[in-house]
Amino acid sequence: MLKRFRYQIAIFASVVGPGLITANVDNDSGGILTYSQAGAKYGYLPLWTLIPITLLLIVTQEMCSRMGAVTGKGLSDLIREEFGLRTTFFLMIALVLTNFTNVIAEFAGIASSLEVFNISRYITVPICAIAVWLLVVRGSYRSVEKVFLVACTLYVTYIFSAFLLKPDWKEAAIYSVKPILMFDEGYITMLIAMVGTSIAPWMQFYLQSAIVEKGITAKEYVQSRIEVIVGCILTDVVAFFIIVSCAAAIWAHGPKDINDAKDAALALKPFGQYAYVLFSAGLFNASFFAACILPLSTVYTVCEGLGFESGVDKRFKEAPEFYWLFTLLVVLGAGVILWPNFPLVKMILGSQVLNGVLLPVILIYMVMLINKKSLMKEWTNSHAYNAVAWISVIIMIGLTLALASITVKQLTQPSGGAALEHDSKPLAQVKGDDAGGHAFKLDTRESNGTHLLR
Amino acid sequence: MADELLFLTELLGLKVYDLKGRRLGFVKDAAIVPLIHPSRVDRFLLGGGWAWLTVKHDQVRSISLDGIYLKDELLTPYHSDEYVLRLVRDLLDQQIIDGQGRKVVRVTDVTFKIQHAENGDLLHIDDVDIGLRSMFRRLAQGVIPRRLVRRLQEVIPPHSLRWEHCSILEADPQRRLRLNVSNEILERMHPADLADIVEDLSPDDREAIFETIDSEVAAEALTEVEPDIQASILESLETEKAAEIVEEMAPHEAADALAELEEQTSEDILEEMGPEPKTEVEELLEFAENSAGGLMNTEYVALPENATVAEAMEGLKAHEEILETLNTLFLVDADGRLTAAVPLAKLFIAAGATPLKDLASEPLLQVDVEEKQDRITEIFDKYNLLALPVVDETGKLAGAITADEVISLLRQK
Repeated sequence: MLKRFRYQIAIFASVVGPGLITANVDNDSGGILTYSQAGAKYGYLPLWTLIPITLLLIVTQEMCSRMGAVTGKGLSDLIREEFGLRTTFFLMIALVLTNFTNVIAEFAGIASSLEVFNISRYITVPICAIAVWLLVVRGSYRSVEKVFLVACTLYVTYIFSAFLLKPDWKEAAIYSVKPILMFDEGYITMLIAMVGTSIAPWMQFYLQSAIVEKGITAKEYVQSRIEVIVGCILTDVVAFFIIVSCAAAIWAHGPKDINDAKDAALALKPFGQYAYVLFSAGLFNASFFAACILPLSTVYTVCEGLGFESGVDKRFKEAPEFYWLFTLLVVLGAGVILWPNFPLVKMILGSQVLNGVLLPVILIYMVMLINKKSLMKEWTNSHAYNAVAWISVIIMIGLTLALASITVKQLTQPSGGAALEHDSKPLAQVKGDDAGGHAFKLDTRESNGTHLLR
Repeated sequence: MADELLFLTELLGLKVYDLKGRRLGFVKDAAIVPLIHPSRVDRFLLGGGWAWLTVKHDQVRSISLDGIYLKDELLTPYHSDEYVLRLVRDLLDQQIIDGQGRKVVRVTDVTFKIQHAENGDLLHIDDVDIGLRSMFRRLAQGVIPRRLVRRLQEVIPPHSLRWEHCSILEADPQRRLRLNVSNEILERMHPADLADIVEDLSPDDREAIFETIDSEVAAEALTEVEPDIQASILESLETEKAAEIVEEMAPHEAADALAELEEQTSEDILEEMGPEPKTEVEELLEFAENSAGGLMNTEYVALPENATVAEAMEGLKAHEEILETLNTLFLVDADGRLTAAVPLAKLFIAAGATPLKDLASEPLLQVDVEEKQDRITEIFDKYNLLALPVVDETGKLAGAITADEVISLLRQK
């Protein structure tokens, strides 16, 4: 009996990694920025979106992990085998571009998290880039995975910082389950952005490859699925505490816009030394962690799909494309941050558009693949699951396309910087007399057509 | 002559004309029937009309970049056939094993040689293309004219494998037989290389290979595969086949592999094994994994303590299968208790009548079956050993730990 139990534990231990890591990298610097913005500007109101986001995340991630476990092949492998080289090639180009801008965003996160402590980016970014390169290229998969799992636990800093800020837990609890929809462009954009940063194209590829790399098979799939679901939930728990922190520290004293996760950290400063240190440490951890995973995931995906030799256990000479692409992504990604006057904001907005265009395509391919009997045997989706999957896909497509079009609109506005400045005026906050406690009077430009739906 | 070659990407979409020069359709796929001929394109599949048609190789008059001209118009509708390997469906974009480079690669294109025979042109698969050049060809095909593609691709170095050095993957063992997929290429490889390849494959492909490959080769390769993959392979195989492979493995390797499995599975496999290897493996399974008993192997050579060099040489002939890695002989008394260890190399410079005892290493190093692995690696390091005898509580020789085992152990850390 005990032996049986030990065996179960051993199996579970052998599947831990892929799901947790993927889910946590999801809270990268872009994610933290989005959640901070949401909390700073709208307080506890956007919290309700976290539950549907978690569900969407679970549906997509579960499909990937199942495909990985059953077929033993990565997502790009499967796309190549089932849809041919040309499809794969263009998908890979799009993925490299999207992920490259994401890598830039991670290095930006590293730079700004340490600038909070007055350390220049010209010191931190090169050092971190070298560290990322060495960790991934010189470490073995197992040891690297351990480092990443430790990094996952560091997200706790956000929970501590939230408690230090003494938020209004009652409100947080109420708005976590009470959907609030306002027809206000800023609010809608924020909601879409939250979904958009939570479910990204690279995750699908990374998770599936990690499952395969870990050697998880259909037999261990039940345990693996639990791990994936736990990962998804944890991600959004962290997101919850980030939003709550910013709501307590910033929004409660007057909603405002922040343009940078650093702004959020600095805004926490008056409320206590520790909260702001923890917040910045969390940001650094998340950015560094993602800066390792993203380029690595990108090169794995590309090399698998296009048939180049890949793997950190290969030598430089055996897998030149693999190492060159990885090195380029890290060096250019970090280099761009040090480039004075680089249009960083435009680039990151652009990456959101690409994300939005790429994600639906990948989700559609995923649902098509997972329903192929020849690949998945008895593990294809059930009818009910398919309905859920397609609905999720359609929701995702709608939301990401909406986000993409809003971003395109911002990008095509005459002056580039205006995109982010346009709503940077402080908003007036008025205490309402309805039961919920808060109603918003938005400044005149944005209040046109604003309704509050309860 | 460059014209003698044709690529699969060029063949696809090539127009097919009948005797009067009327266009019948386009090539959609080409197929070989490996049971009949390993490389000749047996039939072309034609699309463009209502249904796909089959053009047999002996109905073709000429093949060139300008199109395929037939000499016979009696075409049959296409229907799927288990004996046929369709190049686009089954080969293009799929993984195959490169027997020379000893790795798994993905097929980007196929190069044919056009053979001009008396009664018509034939296509033979010459190379499988995997590099950037073939990738460019695939992407450019249909966008720019075929001849221009050929000219432009010259700047990119080619990267191809000879067809005869490739082994295709087919996850269905039945179809593997029908397609005449030979395991010869795999069986000729070094087991360690085969193990690396197997680790790169999907579980289904691994299973298919181990299901059909020679048990002895399978055993050697399986020994080299990582423990968790080892377990998943054994679990996926038919119990009978798994037992056959485990029997061929060295007993201590077999015990290690079985220890990774779920208890029921490993019992089932043991049940299927012959009585002798079964008891041997079962005894080894009793030891804790990280003790001397768990590390030792039972393939050693033990001789009576009064044996001479000549007798030892004679005795070794009976152990031919383990000579490759053997480096130490053990001497035991009448009760099987260890009395000495003799380095094998010393035998070659000693006279035939010399008692082995005189050649023994001093001091005699041995460990108990219960000894912890840290202590064992320490002893290997301190005394620069190649092999260390393991004895049970009565001093009887139980097995030997070899240096390669210690190296694996240290690498795992």
